Amino acid sequence: MPSQDEIFEKVRGVLVDALGVDDDEVELESTLIGDLGAESIDFLDIVFQLDKAFGIQIPRAELFPENLANAEAGFVKDGVVTEAGIAEMKEKMPHADVDKFAADPKVSNVADLFTVKMICNFIASKLG
Amino acid sequence: MRWFWVDRFIEFEPGVRAKSVKNVSLSEEHMHDHFPGYPVMPHSLMLEGMAQTGGILLGQTHNFSSLIFLAKVPKVVYHKHVRPGDQIVYTATLEDAREEGGVTDVKAHVGDELVAEAQIVFAQLSPDEAGIPKNINQDNVVANALAQLIEGTTGD
Repeated sequence: MPSQDEIFEKVRGVLVDALGVDDDEVELESTLIGDLGAESIDFLDIVFQLDKAFGIQIPRAELFPENLANAEAGFVKDGVVTEAGIAEMKEKMPHADVDKFAADPKVSNVADLFTVKMICNFIASKLG
Repeated sequence: MRWFWVDRFIEFEPGVRAKSVKNVSLSEEHMHDHFPGYPVMPHSLMLEGMAQTGGILLGQTHNFSSLIFLAKVPKVVYHKHVRPGDQIVYTATLEDAREEGGVTDVKAHVGDELVAEAQIVFAQLSPDEAGIPKNINQDNVVANALAQLIEGTTGD
């Protein structure tokens, strides 16, 4: 199994390619949407490239779940993700830092769950 | 007018590889302004031809049951001008295909010369997801037009 540094280097290469950013812009704590300018269609490209880089098949919905802040399911109230919603996130995204999000669980912060570190954690769990 | 930028498939190996041709004619209107006195096949339309070749290769893997959209072109390089009278051969290989979409690598040759190459990412959506009104029947386009392009193509 590759080390965390090796995983990060490969993930960084994928993001540099997929998002057209510079090497030094990609840090573990960078958010994909806010810091690196990813758009929804980039997620598909990222998944394809990660597959290739690591030789594994990654289901997009597992790495990047959709409808995380689903109001109909009772996961959102007044623009804030409810406790039930946070529990759901923890289950769906064990690779993300949901505790950090829970400190200020505004719906507008959901996108910040998608970080470079989240991808690295996910890959490590798949390779482990 | 239909938005077709390939004329015919000449090889079709389902799920693996497809080859199509586009005959470039001086009578095509865009050649008159692109450029006056020096007609060149526009790169954007070559990319469309590459995407159609790769898109049909991908769509065929699930019998065109969902709609294929060109989502992203991570890489494209044009090497040479393509002029009236040239025949472009697009060769698409399927790199990845899954429920949400796929990736193809496409090369464009005129004779032995590589004139362009691209990597193209497609998204696959149902008509509902794509927001296509219920009264518009996409089957017509796929079943008639695209199938005719593939018909008679050998799968060697």
